[in-house]
Amino acid sequence: MRTSSSRRGRRTAAAAVAAVVTGTVLLTGCGSDTDDEAGKDAGKITLRVGTFGSFGYDNKTGAKLYAEYERLHPNIKIEESNVSDGQKYWDTLKLRLSQNSGVADIQAIEVGYIAEATGESMASKWVDLSKEGGADTSKFLDWKVKQATTGDGKVIALGTDIGPMAVCYNKELFGKAKLPTDREEVGKLWNGDWSKFLTVGETYKKNAPAGTAFHDSASGLFNAVLSSDPVQYANSSGQLDWENSPGVKKAWELGVKAAEGGLTAKLRQFDEKGTWNAAFKNSKFATVACPSWMTGIIKDQAGPANQGKWDIAAPPVAGNWGGSFLAVPKASKHAKEAAELAAWLTAPEQHAKVFAVNGNIPSTKDTLLSSTVQNAKLPYFGDTPVGKIFSSAAAGIQPAVISRYDGQVKTFLTDNGILDIEQRGTDPAKAWENVKKLVEDKIDQ
Amino acid sequence: MATSVRAEQGGTPPPAAPPSPPAPRGRRRRSGPGGWRSTLYRWDVKAIPYVFIAPFFLTFAAFGLFPLIYTGYLSLNRVELGGTAEWKGLENYTDLATSEFFWNALLNTFTIGVISTVPQLLMALGLAHLLNYKLRGRGFFRVAILAPYATSIAAATLVFAQLFNTDYGMINTLLDWVGIGPIDWNNSKWPAQIAISVIVTWRWTGYNALIYLAAMQAVPQDLYEAASLDGASRWRQFISVTIPSIRPTIFFTIIVSTIGATQLFGEPMLFGGSVGISGGSGHQFQTLSLLMYEKGWITGALGSASAIAWVMLALLLLLGGIQALVSRRNRKKLGD
Repeated sequence: MRTSSSRRGRRTAAAAVAAVVTGTVLLTGCGSDTDDEAGKDAGKITLRVGTFGSFGYDNKTGAKLYAEYERLHPNIKIEESNVSDGQKYWDTLKLRLSQNSGVADIQAIEVGYIAEATGESMASKWVDLSKEGGADTSKFLDWKVKQATTGDGKVIALGTDIGPMAVCYNKELFGKAKLPTDREEVGKLWNGDWSKFLTVGETYKKNAPAGTAFHDSASGLFNAVLSSDPVQYANSSGQLDWENSPGVKKAWELGVKAAEGGLTAKLRQFDEKGTWNAAFKNSKFATVACPSWMTGIIKDQAGPANQGKWDIAAPPVAGNWGGSFLAVPKASKHAKEAAELAAWLTAPEQHAKVFAVNGNIPSTKDTLLSSTVQNAKLPYFGDTPVGKIFSSAAAGIQPAVISRYDGQVKTFLTDNGILDIEQRGTDPAKAWENVKKLVEDKIDQ
Repeated sequence: MATSVRAEQGGTPPPAAPPSPPAPRGRRRRSGPGGWRSTLYRWDVKAIPYVFIAPFFLTFAAFGLFPLIYTGYLSLNRVELGGTAEWKGLENYTDLATSEFFWNALLNTFTIGVISTVPQLLMALGLAHLLNYKLRGRGFFRVAILAPYATSIAAATLVFAQLFNTDYGMINTLLDWVGIGPIDWNNSKWPAQIAISVIVTWRWTGYNALIYLAAMQAVPQDLYEAASLDGASRWRQFISVTIPSIRPTIFFTIIVSTIGATQLFGEPMLFGGSVGISGGSGHQFQTLSLLMYEKGWITGALGSASAIAWVMLALLLLLGGIQALVSRRNRKKLGD
């Protein structure tokens, strides 16, 4: 009895001590917090920016735009959370938007998903940036603004970069195949028409070094041809109508022709197993469709050993592949400040700074023509005037209407359609039927 | 020996039993101090076990039961990721029945399951039999056999994907020496399925072998002595003594492997690289789990993905039922 009571006593004492300790910790914790906010950081707010891939804003490797903005606005602190996989980023963002919780104050949107973001189910979730934040939408390329405009005229996102496309080619392989190597002459070979590009491919094949192909992949070619066509997966009213699209038909025919004619290296772009990457290193193919951001990939994958071998020529037809936007969700706690930051980040001056560091081609008209962009050169590609090439490609872009299913249909057409023809020799007519069935099965849920 | 241990273990509950007779008395005298105490004691004895097992069941309810029921509800709706549910009844299921992608995935799951499970279990039996002999460094081999199981699926699959690479892979190089032309392990249907089965077999053989080994150790040594006195060879002993003695264990591994095979996901997904989710460009190795993932997360059709999940559950229950029936009949036969 005695022992038990004394034990109980000890326990009570321990509990009391614990309560006092936690209480003090909580009190002091709270105290120091309030001190901080009330004292030196009155009204200081944190703005969170959600991005994927590389936007070139951050303070470490980017243009240090956040640090600069924080200096200009002492009451604001910026945090960026970055996800490398664009698809996963978008899926998470959709889920959070639907729950109205967990979203960042600024969310980046890739062009492939902008139609979904402006679509009826999501349009009401965003702040109208033509009204809030003071951005001057007239500075952007008209089609870039149009892509982010909803049916009732709200501009839900501001353009960051665009993906004007050229053709990167391996000078050494071109030389061995008795083709011209000067970028002006190469551009002239296929100027104006993608089918001329295939004719050059036939010529290449006749004299090509053993084990090399003209183009990297038939699905890459499909994508390049389609990216330069004003009619893609959707009709003029924004409805998915890929089966009747002249652009898809043309791109499919050329892709199939290249695959069956043995003009491609039968690879899949961005293959996770790295076979495509290895092919850059081993010079397995001579050309690849080259949006501005592709130059970085070539540089990394082909490596220092191949420096000076690659060059960039004008594309047969100007096209756009990629590019992004910044949007402010209504669920943001600091929507006003976030809209101001988004407007500042996408203003022409900032576009120029990001281009200088990260090579992203700006989506504002004046910046495209500015001397920073026009005089930009890439040492890896033998001082190619990339700025001139890509900005003139940008000038020729014919904007396409995009639908919310574009990304998925593209995956089916390339990964399950053209790749199947290319790698497994499936009959093109059958492959087309397969894609049709896939779209029916997976999209009309 | 074993019975005495069990009796001791079973002996713990009895101390709990005595208080139960006075229980009614305690209820009558609730106001009295002694009554309160005995009520507490009764509660202690009766409720505490539930409190101790509660964490498992609460976790199971939150992360097992609720998702299961919610998935069932979703499967009757048209749900998009981030959208609201729209009642569809059984339409998701009837759509599956007419979808060639579903049947293709089902067939692939079955064929990959068979060509990975059967050799895997046979090899495990053989290995266990060999390890059951007295040999030098037995401990080392018994641990080493479990190493593949301890390897992560991702690491193992990436290594095998390199080995099976059509252009640069070691397996095609070796086949080339023997004079067999390069096999397209990625894109041809059967080679791709065999390659995936090899990864599964490699990972799980050792695990099953250890289970068999444990069962084999429990087989009485006298049986073997009697058999060898009767002039039975090692092989004969394996067939006539070992196999019948560990039959329940064999059934257990078959059930576990079947469940594993039905849920096959990581290996084909990683083996296929970027087109892994659709099981290759022509769906040549897309399993049910992959189809479910593709529907749910790539195209955002959560309703129809949930329907696939429930079909998989139904399939497993069906297979489990069949196996239970077979094993019961077997046990009866043994009992006779």
